[in-house]
Amino acid sequence: MIKLLVDNWSSFISGFGWTVLSSIVALFFSLIIGSLFAILEVMPSKVARVIGNVYVEIFRNIPLLVITMFFYLVIPLYVVKINGFTAGTIGLTIYTSAFIAETVRSGINSVDIGQMEASRAQGMTFWQAMRYIVLPQAFKLVIPPLGNQFINLVKNSSVLAFVAGFDLMYQGNAIASTTFETVNTYIVVGLFYLVITLPISYYMQHLERKLA
Amino acid sequence: MQNWIDAYSWINIRFLLQGLGITILISVISVVLSFIFGSILGIIRYAKIPYFSRIIGFIIDVVRNLPLLLIIFFTYFGLPAFGFKPDTIPAAILAMTFFESMMIAEIIRSGILAVDIGQMEAARAQGMKLGQAMWHVILPQAYKKMIPALVSQFISLIKDTSLATIIVVPELMQHGQVVYGQNPNYIIPVFVIMAVMYFVVCYALSLLSKYIDSRMA
Amino acid sequence: MKKFKYVTLLITSLLLVLTLAGCGSQPLSSQNILENDKKSNTITWGVKADQKLIGLIDVKDGQEKGFEIDLAKAITKKVLGKDGKAKFVTVTSQSRIPLLKNGNIDAIIATMSILPDRKKVIDFSDSYFDAGQSILVKKGSSIKSVKDLNGKTVTSAVGSNSVDNIQKIAPKARVLQLPDFAQALTALKSGQGEAMTTDNVILAGLAVENPGYKLVGGTFTTEPYGIGINKGQGDFKKAINKGLKEVIEDGTYNKLIMKWFGNVPGFDYKEVLRK
Repeated sequence: MIKLLVDNWSSFISGFGWTVLSSIVALFFSLIIGSLFAILEVMPSKVARVIGNVYVEIFRNIPLLVITMFFYLVIPLYVVKINGFTAGTIGLTIYTSAFIAETVRSGINSVDIGQMEASRAQGMTFWQAMRYIVLPQAFKLVIPPLGNQFINLVKNSSVLAFVAGFDLMYQGNAIASTTFETVNTYIVVGLFYLVITLPISYYMQHLERKLA
Repeated sequence: MQNWIDAYSWINIRFLLQGLGITILISVISVVLSFIFGSILGIIRYAKIPYFSRIIGFIIDVVRNLPLLLIIFFTYFGLPAFGFKPDTIPAAILAMTFFESMMIAEIIRSGILAVDIGQMEAARAQGMKLGQAMWHVILPQAYKKMIPALVSQFISLIKDTSLATIIVVPELMQHGQVVYGQNPNYIIPVFVIMAVMYFVVCYALSLLSKYIDSRMA
Repeated sequence: MKKFKYVTLLITSLLLVLTLAGCGSQPLSSQNILENDKKSNTITWGVKADQKLIGLIDVKDGQEKGFEIDLAKAITKKVLGKDGKAKFVTVTSQSRIPLLKNGNIDAIIATMSILPDRKKVIDFSDSYFDAGQSILVKKGSSIKSVKDLNGKTVTSAVGSNSVDNIQKIAPKARVLQLPDFAQALTALKSGQGEAMTTDNVILAGLAVENPGYKLVGGTFTTEPYGIGINKGQGDFKKAINKGLKEVIEDGTYNKLIMKWFGNVPGFDYKEVLRK
């Protein structure tokens, strides 16, 4: 197994790099998009709520693989040319943003309604109240579940393998099919994933205990 | 370029529906099994039995942090090295159950933790044994709290069965591959109809969970 | 606390039993696959499920159909006698060798070229089909032969040796490996690559439905397909080779070639007929 690791070190490392890059980019954008749709879902306007809801329900209930394939195969056919890595990262962003929207929305909902009303009564607009009063508290509440979403995101990035996204899993598949050491290859791939996910997971558990 | 009409012939749709049937079958069996194993593991981790809980806890953390795709590979390609050669469907069920048990174990553990500690103490003070207090007092409340989390886990499970296509399990995604194997121009119509099928099943489930939740509240 | 100890004990012993049960079965190398198959009157073949003309599941009845399927059935009858049964397990380019080595299947007949690298891990029968790697491009493309692929992006499927070949012949080509050939073609059509490469017979099957695309440059490798068999199964290999020879000699082989490849544009079936 060590020989396998040494022989294919550069492939594994480049796969690891693409996986990390895709995860960070997707996390950044899905946080923004997710929070926006979460706010839409709690806005006074009914139209906004419906839009938020439809977005979240659609992307939460379709497999990531299907969403990613759509961006890889369909969008380039009709709209704009994007490569596997980009398509995979976009798919990952959209899919994760739906889950983040759900998480943030439940965070917002668990902030006392009275606070929103009090701020509005003091003459703040909806957005001001959101920005200064509700969201800061909501984010504190949702940090542990968001951590879990990030772990899911890293794991889900393995979907890039299906669209030639050069990630860890893709490299793993390529290595396994040339060395025929299927199980050993995937053990190494698994270890690389754990290098990213386990520390986050333990940090989240630590944070959860501290916040509790 | 894409051939929508032929792609949606009844024979193709029927074949996809058969795949959906397998998807649901695998999901239901896995969710029932992993609910049972997950509960046991979650309680063990919660119970803090010296060493044992630690070891179980570590296993849970490792498995939870691996992509499911890898677990599926290990089950199908790795287990036979130990003399156990599951067919594709049992292999998928095994992999899903193993993975989901660990996910559910965590949900159960945090559900138990969320039930007020005072209740456990009160029950024990009344002379209940730990097991009794768990069974009669803590778990019923914990499960009630966990319903949304459990249902969304079930939904992920249904969606995740699509990954099992990599070991040629005859589920929806794989049947999709066969359908567009007849004619590559079916590929986009097939992806669209598959998305619709997954959506209908998963959305129905999430509505159900909301309904149960509102009835309970 | 006591109850939990029982539970603990129960689970640990369960795990132990499972592990021990696992160790009980015989290792593959000490089994004689030919004997086993004769006893069960069945050969289990690993076949493709999504390859038109070669091995594709028929959506009407869920049965595998194609050239390799028919050939496997014919060989089975020669090896086991008239009542011999062929059982099919669908595999991908990625899963076929692990499944063979693990003993899930007895033999692979799934568009697998006989290659020195593969020979290190498994044995092959005599070749049963002579394919060659080629290129599929959009009509009017500037790519005329494999040499033109340098600096271009080429799509293919994961686990096939087409990728290695391209990297040897056109080292500057960028290769994208997709999960299956239909997706590789769709990626080509989506503009993810400028060409697609794999064996001519597969490309020809794909081109049938896509008149805007054509094969160029002829074949630039020879890819003799062989039936994959586990190492140390000399008896089984001999029996398969004998069966294959009989199928060719009694004319069944050529009939099957005509049946499946008789009118595929861009593919000359006469080149692969056997005397």
